[in-house]
Amino acid sequence: MTTQERVQAVVSKIAQKPLPADPEESLFESGVLDSFALPDMVTELEKEFAMKVPDSDLNPRKFDSLARITHYVESSAA
Amino acid sequence: MAFLRAFGSYLPARIVTNAELAERLGCDTSWILNVSGISERRYASESVAEMGVLAAQDCLSRAGASSVGLVIVSSGSSERRFPGPAAEIASKLGLAGVPALDVPMASAGSLFALALGAELAASHGQVLIVATEKMSAAAGIDKNTGILFGDGAGACLVDAKRGIAKLARWTLHSDGANTDALRLEFGEPLHMDGGAVILHASRKVPSAIREVLDHAGYPAAAVGAFLMHQANQNLIVRIARALEVAPEKFFSNIGRYGNTSSASMLIAAAEWNAQSGFKSGEPVMFAAFGAGFHWGALLAIGS
Repeated sequence: MTTQERVQAVVSKIAQKPLPADPEESLFESGVLDSFALPDMVTELEKEFAMKVPDSDLNPRKFDSLARITHYVESSAA
Repeated sequence: MAFLRAFGSYLPARIVTNAELAERLGCDTSWILNVSGISERRYASESVAEMGVLAAQDCLSRAGASSVGLVIVSSGSSERRFPGPAAEIASKLGLAGVPALDVPMASAGSLFALALGAELAASHGQVLIVATEKMSAAAGIDKNTGILFGDGAGACLVDAKRGIAKLARWTLHSDGANTDALRLEFGEPLHMDGGAVILHASRKVPSAIREVLDHAGYPAAAVGAFLMHQANQNLIVRIARALEVAPEKFFSNIGRYGNTSSASMLIAAAEWNAQSGFKSGEPVMFAAFGAGFHWGALLAIGS
């Protein structure tokens, strides 16, 4: 699986809704996720990618779309 | 060493229902309840200081106390840039000449004031903590913030020698990296980046609680009650889940009063103490998170 596919799997698990076709589309403005799902999603990303999101990266904009999440995960692993 | 002597509270008479707000803000009553857990809140015609005086009088009456060596007042919604309400509240309580300190921190202010009072009780004797907020004036017409806030005041008395619970241990934290995420400018409605607030609060509050419990040697399951800043019922449930504690252990009155910022923790404590109260040797946890960001937790042990 690619990183984006793994990200999609995590977001699907939290959202329990169909994901946007456009990876750039906001998960929050499209109604796929709400603010209270955000902490759960970050926790699931940490588990899936065996990473720790530091406080300084707890910015909703970093997790706003599938593309942004994928970029964040890949850049964190680099 | 410091102890809690008593709590007090004041809630304005006017009840603002979800139906009234839904019409004003253009949203649905069930949406308000689902996203916040709030059914109604109170709006005040009184000033921040007037509500603070009434909560303080309730507290001092319950404590049967007459002497106060220091007054600390938390408010993030004071009508003036300065002076804050502390001196006016102290004066109206007949405490002119007693030092009165303002803590203009919003939601976490009462927790910081309580910890400060615990530190200063040894040198000042009885310390009166007041948290008073008129958030209705700041809520604005944005439905995401307009539904949340209410007005009210809470108070507690800290004593160096005796009381209903010992203030055993606390931790306080601040990080200004997210100053813009939650702020109230003069002449503007409150600005809140809800996603950022929830993301940080849902991690930082459980972490602070665990920090205090680890140092004190208690598991979360041993805590008899959690008395938190009443920000949002969904956040309270999330914090309970993070600590693997039943949500029922988190006292909640946000459904009736909304988010009254720093006043909420002491209003909740006053209601909880009247309904059940401290048991000898049982730990009770206070916790708050708010604009700044400021956050922390404080452990009290029933006497």
